[in-house]
Order: sequence, then structure tokens, then C-alpha cells
Amino acid sequence: MNDKLIIAGKSYSSRLLVGTGKYKDFNETRTAVEASAAEIITIAIRRSNIGQNPNEPSLLEILPPSKYTLLPNTAGCYSAEDAVRTLRLARELLDGHSLVKLEVLGDPQSLYPNVIETISAAKTLVAEGFQVMVYTSDDPIIARQLEDIGCVAIMPLASLIGSGMGILNPWNLQLIIERVQVPVIVDAGVGTASDASIAMELGCDGVLMNTAIAGAQQPVLMASAMKQAVEAGRSAYLAGRMPKKLYSASPSSPTAGIIGSTRG
Amino acid sequence: MKVITVNINGTKRQFPESISVASLIEEMELTGKRIALERNGEIVPRSSFATQKLVEGDKLEVVVAVGGG
Repeated sequence: MNDKLIIAGKSYSSRLLVGTGKYKDFNETRTAVEASAAEIITIAIRRSNIGQNPNEPSLLEILPPSKYTLLPNTAGCYSAEDAVRTLRLARELLDGHSLVKLEVLGDPQSLYPNVIETISAAKTLVAEGFQVMVYTSDDPIIARQLEDIGCVAIMPLASLIGSGMGILNPWNLQLIIERVQVPVIVDAGVGTASDASIAMELGCDGVLMNTAIAGAQQPVLMASAMKQAVEAGRSAYLAGRMPKKLYSASPSSPTAGIIGSTRG
Repeated sequence: MKVITVNINGTKRQFPESISVASLIEEMELTGKRIALERNGEIVPRSSFATQKLVEGDKLEVVVAVGGG
């Protein structure tokens, strides 16, 4: 089946995007990423530790840009300015790579997005030639505005980052899916495989997750479960589910020819 | 030799006057590592590491890629 996810003109076979944080070591990171079959993986940009062990491998040696589409994020940024500076550094770090994940947070307790700062940063980044995949609230009006600015994917939360609370407001996600032309990717809040399937069944184009995999008891097994869940949810969406029929049950087996029946 | 104080990743450090960005990276044992560098809010392209000289009060950010979601 030719069912590719297309972001900024590039096509991907996997609709699961994964983060690379919170793993116990690089080996677990790599094994989980491989089990997820994700092609787009997020990374963070942080200050190098002065005097850090020069022999320590770097994340980019474990997950080489030749093999994966790296998506640098702005996690931890609380202003448009910091987010823009971070992604300029990311572009330099990754030799001119322009596909980025923008997120500007509102407060450290909820990690809820600050959409005013997000919109401001998105305008600057798009003007500078970045291809911006944007983390945002599940507000359909803001989602449209971010699309109008030129973002290449809209990534609403399903619930708070790292909460694992699942899809709390499927109605808003559906409103966004109906109104936005660019890919809609649920980013944040997925806790287990069924959450990922629900997102895909709603018609999301993909799901991005980190803690749901890294925070599982067995991250590699969960990565594989998420791969299957995203695929199953996508297939179910494409297949088109049966209509719900409240109060009008319909048996699956023939109603005629039942033994002992007086009705034939 | 005159010494300058520059701020690297939030920490003040002293270097000989007119040290180049390339020499600073060598001092930090980051030569050959994949890094990006910002000086006073502006990106310093890798191609100009050798030619850019630091001055008193420069604020530098030196970053790497790490795991994140």
C-alpha cells in the first residue's frame, strides 16, 4: 500500500516519530529507536559541558543523520527568542538542516505551550527558511494560524508532555484535522499503544512520542508495540470504521435457519 | 600577556588576549566534535572559527546534540 507521510515534500514510510530522551543509555536509545522503525527522531540542543569526557560518544554517532531525519527541538525554551536562537544553533550543528520542531513552553509545571510566543517564533523561523513542525495546544484556531504562517506540520498535544494521560480531547483533535491541510501529528500525552491507535483512527497523520516508550518498563518492547499501534490505527482509519448504531444491534450470523425455530 | 575574560555557557573563563575561536575549542577539548557556537547572540559558522578572535566580555554558547523529545 502506498500510504506515505509527506512532510515538507519529503516522504516517510513510518508515521511514528520518536524522541531520544530519558533512556538509560545510548544502547537502549538505539535499540528502542530501531524497534519503533521511526524515521524522524527528535533531539535536543544543549550546552556542551566544559571539560566533558572527550572520548564519550555523541548522540549523533549513535543515531547518524545519514540514517535518520533528525528533528532538533526547542524543549525547555520559554520565549520566542530562545527558541529561535536554539534552532539557529541546531541548523549550524546539522550542516544547514532546516526541518525543526518548534515548541515554546508556558510554565515548567504543566509544560503547556505558550501559543503567543510560539506564533512569534514560527513567523521568524519561516522567514529564515526553516521548515517548522510546531508543537501547540489543541486549539483549532491557533492551529490554522500556524498553518497560515507556513508551518509544515501542526503538532497538537493529546495531553500534557510526559503525562501519559492519553487522548483527552478527541473532538478538538478532529476539529484540527478537518481544518488543517498540512500533516497533523499528535505530539505529547500518549501513554500506551491504544492511545496511539486512537490518535491514528481519528485521522492524525502521525504520532510523536518519547516518554511513553522511554518510560515503559521495557522500552524496546513498547517501541515495537507503538509501531504496531500506529500502523493498526492508520489502517483502521483508511478502512473506514463501521457506523456506530446505538440501540440497534445487528447479529453477525444469519437470522434464518436457526434450529427449533418456528419462523422458518 | 594580557588576559581577557569571556563567558562560556554561563561560566566566566580567562584566556590570553586575541585567542581565536578555534583555539578556544581546542582548549575545551572539543576539536573535531560536532558542535555549534553562538557569540553574543550571533552564530559563528565553523568556517570562521580560525579567523574570529575573542574580545573581553564576549558571551559564548557552545552546544551539542543530546537526547530529547
